[in-house]
Amino acid sequence: MALSYVLETPVSGFNFENSTRDARLESFLGDMKVKAPRPLKTGTTIAGVVCKDGVVLGADTRATSSEVVADKMCAKIHYIAPNIYCCGAGTAADTEKTTDLLSSNLTIFSMNSGRNPRLVMAANILQEMLFRYKGQIGAHLILGGVDCTGSHLYIVGPYGDLDKVPYLAMGSGDLAAMGIMEDRFKPNMETEDAKILVRDAIHAGIMSDLGSGNNIDICVITGEGVDYIRPYQESEYKDMRQRKYKYKPGTTAVLGKSVIPLEMQLVEEIVQQMDTA
Amino acid sequence: MFVIQNKLRSVNSVYTKMAAVSAMGFSQHLSSNDFAPDWTSREVSTGTTIMAVEFDGGVVMGADSRTTTGAYIANRVTDKLTPIHDRIFCCRSGSAADTQAIADAVTYQLGFHSIELDEPPLIQTAANLFKDMCYRYREELMAGIIVAGWDKRRGGQVYTVPVGGMLTRQPVSVGGSGSSYIYGYVDSNFKTGMTKEECLRFTAGAISLAMERDGSSGGVVRMAVISEEGVERQVILGNELPKFSTV
Repeated sequence: MALSYVLETPVSGFNFENSTRDARLESFLGDMKVKAPRPLKTGTTIAGVVCKDGVVLGADTRATSSEVVADKMCAKIHYIAPNIYCCGAGTAADTEKTTDLLSSNLTIFSMNSGRNPRLVMAANILQEMLFRYKGQIGAHLILGGVDCTGSHLYIVGPYGDLDKVPYLAMGSGDLAAMGIMEDRFKPNMETEDAKILVRDAIHAGIMSDLGSGNNIDICVITGEGVDYIRPYQESEYKDMRQRKYKYKPGTTAVLGKSVIPLEMQLVEEIVQQMDTA
Repeated sequence: MFVIQNKLRSVNSVYTKMAAVSAMGFSQHLSSNDFAPDWTSREVSTGTTIMAVEFDGGVVMGADSRTTTGAYIANRVTDKLTPIHDRIFCCRSGSAADTQAIADAVTYQLGFHSIELDEPPLIQTAANLFKDMCYRYREELMAGIIVAGWDKRRGGQVYTVPVGGMLTRQPVSVGGSGSSYIYGYVDSNFKTGMTKEECLRFTAGAISLAMERDGSSGGVVRMAVISEEGVERQVILGNELPKFSTV
């Protein structure tokens, strides 16, 4: 697809020219204490649990840019396929684009083969891609879903290491969340209990980690379908905003008024008939 | 004169800084965020204890189950004994991502080779495939692998491919960060002509001792016995590990 304003055909895959430029700029300007803008990190808490009928994934909704909250309602549970969802921690752009690429690949595969994609295929594609980029793509991903072979939960790290586990937590708040999981996880839990466990794990992450916060999203994937509850729980510290920014006329004093008419001359007139037949 | 010299000097320092930055690589970009602890930027390492022993009729392989990212245990129930073929397994140590990728590639190559030959592959072939990959990409990879299994030509065999890509066959081989603590135990307790049960006890004992002393090894002990009949897998949970004298 050629765009008219692109000077050259884009090379497929990721392009790291800007990171070279940023590194050089930072060292060059380092003497004058100028820093390159930081990438948006999701500094997050995400968790997943395999339960009796499927998989429950959970995530907080805060995206930070250093010490400022950049997005209070960030969606960290990404759609991969009708039966597969993926939570992402790490650099927000990397998780977004990696999951988008994976989703496109699996959709094409589904159309070509007429089958629903399997978790193990999604996990392997992610692993191969992330290993190829040797950790440059800062994406820690939790893949969960239900396919014809059962319910599965995989974790893929930015260097391309893959693990298949019954429960896990990831992100900067994962130490707190993992504590809750280790304490209360049981194999073959009921879906409602699993939702409460994941909610509690994310809540622990939110309470104990500065990079996680705001609301909690939950995604329940079962053989019957997907229940994406966004938000499952709203933050109790949410403020009420009026969202009205109209001011009374007269708030700003008018000091003076002058009207200048613009004189225009008709230079050329061209009439073109339109063929409507 | 002074002004010109100073300008030249500062230009040189910029060039050396640029060279240093490009040489350092991009590890800095993923780290040093206030909210991200050290382990979010460190690579996942298997920092492990792995072992394989030959006996008459097969091999016994064992490994611990801890995968660490810095000081955090990313997975406490890892399976480091990876099947490569029906009667060939490998124990992985080093970087988790690198060893998984190498094992996947070798599994494919060996499977293809075996189908071409219409015969089960030799352990020596599998070991050489590992060695080729580990040696060719030795600068980029961090992987220490023990390949073991049973084949018809030579029975049970253990080959070790440490970091750097050497290949050698040994009757008993240990690897990983925890192996340093058990060389004495292994050297003094290994005898040729052990039975399968003696090998199992020997392996379980060695790995438990390593897990006791090495911080990067722990969890459960996973073992696999490969012989002509097939593969038997076992897990020894933390509270069932063999006990030695309490210090």
